[in-house]
Amino acid sequence: MTIQPSTHASCRDDVSTARAGARISFIGARSFLLEAPGDFDLPSQRLIWAVTGLVAAWDEVAEVIPGMTNLLAILKETPEDPRLFVERLETAWLEARSVDLKGKIIEIPVVYGGEYATDLAALCEHSGLSDREVVRRHHEASYRVFALGSAPGFGYLHGLDPSIYMPRKTVPSLRMERGCVTIGGMQTGVAMLTGPNGWNSIGHADLQMFDPTSSTPALMAPGDVVRFLPERIEL
Amino acid sequence: MIEIVQSGPLNTVQDLGRPGYRAIGVSASGAMDPLSVRLGNALLGNEQGAAAIELQTYPFIVRFSVATDLVVTGADGVRLLNDRALMAWCIHRAAAGDVLEIRQPRQGSRVYIAVANGVDVPVVMGSRSTTLRGGFGGHCGRPLAAGDRLSVVPAAKEVARRSIAVVEPAAGLSAVFPAITNDILPVRAIPAGEHDLFGSDADRFWRQHWRISSQSDRTGYRLSGEPIRPEVPMEMRSHGVVPGVVQVPPAGEPIVQMSDANTAGGYPKIAGVIEGDLWRLGQARIGSKIQFVRSTHTEARAVEQAVDRYVEDVSRTAELVRRALGVIA
Repeated sequence: MTIQPSTHASCRDDVSTARAGARISFIGARSFLLEAPGDFDLPSQRLIWAVTGLVAAWDEVAEVIPGMTNLLAILKETPEDPRLFVERLETAWLEARSVDLKGKIIEIPVVYGGEYATDLAALCEHSGLSDREVVRRHHEASYRVFALGSAPGFGYLHGLDPSIYMPRKTVPSLRMERGCVTIGGMQTGVAMLTGPNGWNSIGHADLQMFDPTSSTPALMAPGDVVRFLPERIEL
Repeated sequence: MIEIVQSGPLNTVQDLGRPGYRAIGVSASGAMDPLSVRLGNALLGNEQGAAAIELQTYPFIVRFSVATDLVVTGADGVRLLNDRALMAWCIHRAAAGDVLEIRQPRQGSRVYIAVANGVDVPVVMGSRSTTLRGGFGGHCGRPLAAGDRLSVVPAAKEVARRSIAVVEPAAGLSAVFPAITNDILPVRAIPAGEHDLFGSDADRFWRQHWRISSQSDRTGYRLSGEPIRPEVPMEMRSHGVVPGVVQVPPAGEPIVQMSDANTAGGYPKIAGVIEGDLWRLGQARIGSKIQFVRSTHTEARAVEQAVDRYVEDVSRTAELVRRALGVIA
């Protein structure tokens, strides 16, 4: 694995047209969910990154969790009037300038196929592509980490070739190994824990991506660029 | 040292949790009944977030290798110190060699053992809580087992503690928390993002009594009852979630996320339990019934403030009593 500084310059674009309002809802009394309107794409996510940065700096905010074109803000205490916070969030959304996070580049060696690729055959059938072609389309793409969640250090990666989208399984695998390289709908990622998993496995990576004793426990961060390097292809 | 003599499965070291790392996928964890931990610590003069032992399976037996001040809080049941009944919500001094036994509670589900200065396991990412799913924190990232030995945080200075007790929150805060009537626990919640998309099923969500199924643990409670479904099936983009969120998977039986809540989710959410009521849900037993009651931010804030005042009062009073007794001694 190598980590290199990204060559992306931080870029901002002008808010020239009016932006559609975000949807804001409650979870309990202290958490507020902001969902971007529109598509699941990089421009939406770049706005979410921008708003996450703003909101995280507010005094009343304990924690912000960016999700997939959405964010959850958790307050330190229940606000007297939730409408005031909702308005503050709405304004932040409408006024935010899109940011492109200066991510690092993470290269992950992968063994495609083989014993861990339990769903490669199903994916071939679903896509109508050969196994070699599925693997090629997966490792030739470049991915962005949109957000982390679900398991310690797990990155939701965006940038999957639409021809190899595959819905999550209705009945999850009971025991998928840590390190499995998986596809879930329009996303891909590397399983961080051995256990039940509804995503489709096409290979395996050995790279350690989470260490709770480190000062930066998660290898991935939102904005990072991820590339999968085919170490071996066993078909 | 505290030596574990006997333990059921899934008893762990917990404090008030590890918030702040959900953005990298790490659950907050922490006690299922944080109020019991705060009160035990307040009595002992500890930091409110000192680590305690959380019990959810019994019997649990420990031996103290040195004299230790302790408080047992949480669910009500049989507690024995050297085979003699021990009062809960009250400071006791265990002498070296003393054995504490906690049996299956009569009411409630989780018992906490707080000790002076707190249980000393390594602080990982700002907390001593065990995260079973992540396999770190607490005692070696796993549940306690016979033969384990836990250290106690060394005292900064020797403190003379006497048998002071606190009125348990179910009684002391009865004005704040509606009573359990006909064995049904009222759980206050605020409608969440997809509430209105459930149409008339939303009314049934609030009206019916839900049973906490056996598929329930620190991660979440799966409820059984008449299924509810959104008018149109939907899948959300993954978003952050917190304990208390009530999600409805396609089968229609809600799941309430608890202390080891996943950090992200995509099922439609019908409601979110107010944070101040989570400790009561944390004490609810498998097989017992709950009913959701519509709440507001105003009510949630009042509950939060009343609980904080109560813990603050206990903390201050315990300190005053300690000082007064110290002077007499």
